[in-house]
Amino acid sequence: MFLKDYISDVYNGVSSLLKGMRKTGYYFTHPKEIITEQYPDNRATLKLADRFKGEVIMPHDENNEHACTGCTACEIACPNGTIKVVTKSEVNAEGKKKKAVDALVYRLELCTMCNLCVVACPSDAIKMAPNFEHSVFDRTKLTKILNKPGSKIREGIE
Amino acid sequence: MYNQTEIIKDTTELGPEGELVVNMGPQHPATHGVLHLVVTLNGETIKKIEPHLGYIHRSIEKMCESLTYRQFIYVTSRMDYLSSHINNTACALLVEKGMQIEVPERAQYVRTILNELTRIASHELWIGAMAMDLGAFTPFFYAFREREMITEIMEDTCGARLTMNYIVPGGLMYDIHPTFQNKVKAFIKQFKEKVVEYEDLVTNNVIFQSRTKGVGILSAEDAISFGCTGPVARASGVNCDIRKIAPYDVYAKVEFDEVIETAGDSFARYMVRIKEMNQSIRIIEQLIDTIPEGDFVGKTKNVLKLPKGEFYQRVETARGEFGVYIVSEGGTTPHRIKFRSPGFSNLSALSHMAEGSKIGDLMATMGTLDLVIPDIDR
Repeated sequence: MFLKDYISDVYNGVSSLLKGMRKTGYYFTHPKEIITEQYPDNRATLKLADRFKGEVIMPHDENNEHACTGCTACEIACPNGTIKVVTKSEVNAEGKKKKAVDALVYRLELCTMCNLCVVACPSDAIKMAPNFEHSVFDRTKLTKILNKPGSKIREGIE
Repeated sequence: MYNQTEIIKDTTELGPEGELVVNMGPQHPATHGVLHLVVTLNGETIKKIEPHLGYIHRSIEKMCESLTYRQFIYVTSRMDYLSSHINNTACALLVEKGMQIEVPERAQYVRTILNELTRIASHELWIGAMAMDLGAFTPFFYAFREREMITEIMEDTCGARLTMNYIVPGGLMYDIHPTFQNKVKAFIKQFKEKVVEYEDLVTNNVIFQSRTKGVGILSAEDAISFGCTGPVARASGVNCDIRKIAPYDVYAKVEFDEVIETAGDSFARYMVRIKEMNQSIRIIEQLIDTIPEGDFVGKTKNVLKLPKGEFYQRVETARGEFGVYIVSEGGTTPHRIKFRSPGFSNLSALSHMAEGSKIGDLMATMGTLDLVIPDIDR
């Protein structure tokens, strides 16, 4: 009885080993089924998903105009205090005073990419961009001002 | 409270009966994070295991008290990061229940599909990590190949691979990606073809079987008394699937079996998870073609305020029962919040399960518990 068990153990052991080895051998001879991405080398062709949440940006059009009204909805929605909206009062063409955004300060080092600010924005002024290579040598470089210098609000956005 | 000398015990001195105390962790390749086990050994036999927690405590419960009902959901992704979707669903369901928000059917369907995808991804990672703990390196890559397809689906639709924050009170943050259904179908096709590879490599492997069968046995009575849930309790024959007991979203409409094993050993826990993945595929197959058209988010007020009172919602994560308990004073933030995490209760049974076994079996026992340390510590 002991001998029979011993032989069946050896047989099962060898057969299960060969089964596993066959699987490994299959992939060894079929390199096309390997899906490893050669990341730093394939930077030129690397395409991330369009919705990938990498950082918050403020899109500007060709006239250097954005859609931010300075309503601070994003600042209220943010759970970590990542966004700070600094406003100024501007005099428009009709001579009326109007609140406008002076600087939308975005601190990438605090951001968790939760997308709540983008959802909260009533005028779709900010959105998520799929940039993910954020490493810098100095932490202060991660604090960004999203509106470009000299930019102003697009016509017709309240 | 422990002081420093008590936590890190001197391992050179023998105890009263020739016992040896070994610190396993916080930095140990098999503890998957910063779990610190103080193992009391008699020779090679385990006499007692004492887990020390607190290395990754971030006071998430306290943090949530200062966040509004929209904001606190993203924090729960950071607890059990392998089933972040399911944690988010629990919080959203609680707010919806408290405020009586109606969720559109489309959102419910998508939530259920994403929850099941998350469960599969979590179990895939677990197979790879567990096999690696036991010395098999290859299954890790095979498991991650299928998991990569799920993370790509998540990346397309939710915009992130791990901490999605896609579920909001009332539905979803935005609509699903146009390619969502096709990609999920492609995943199901590949998964069905490739899942047999795990059988060849892991399940039928003699070394794996002899290392897991009869190791770390947990009886049904003990599983209940330790508060174990999820695959750990189901492997001991306890009916505890929240999707069956208290269905949420569209789980009441779909057909699936609650996987039960009775052996209670490490191999049974392994088999429960393998079979659960197939059940998840079954759920997704029933729902993926019938996602109804319509809104993806219901009508909610701008500022969410839970009425005064106490609220509790539980869901079934990949590890077991996850509960959210909120005491509300009627304001915009919770007055007190408590999370019931499955990993904490499952870990408490480890000492009982491993007592009397050899130290090599501890790897198999701990591996099949599927511990995620940020979930235990919060």
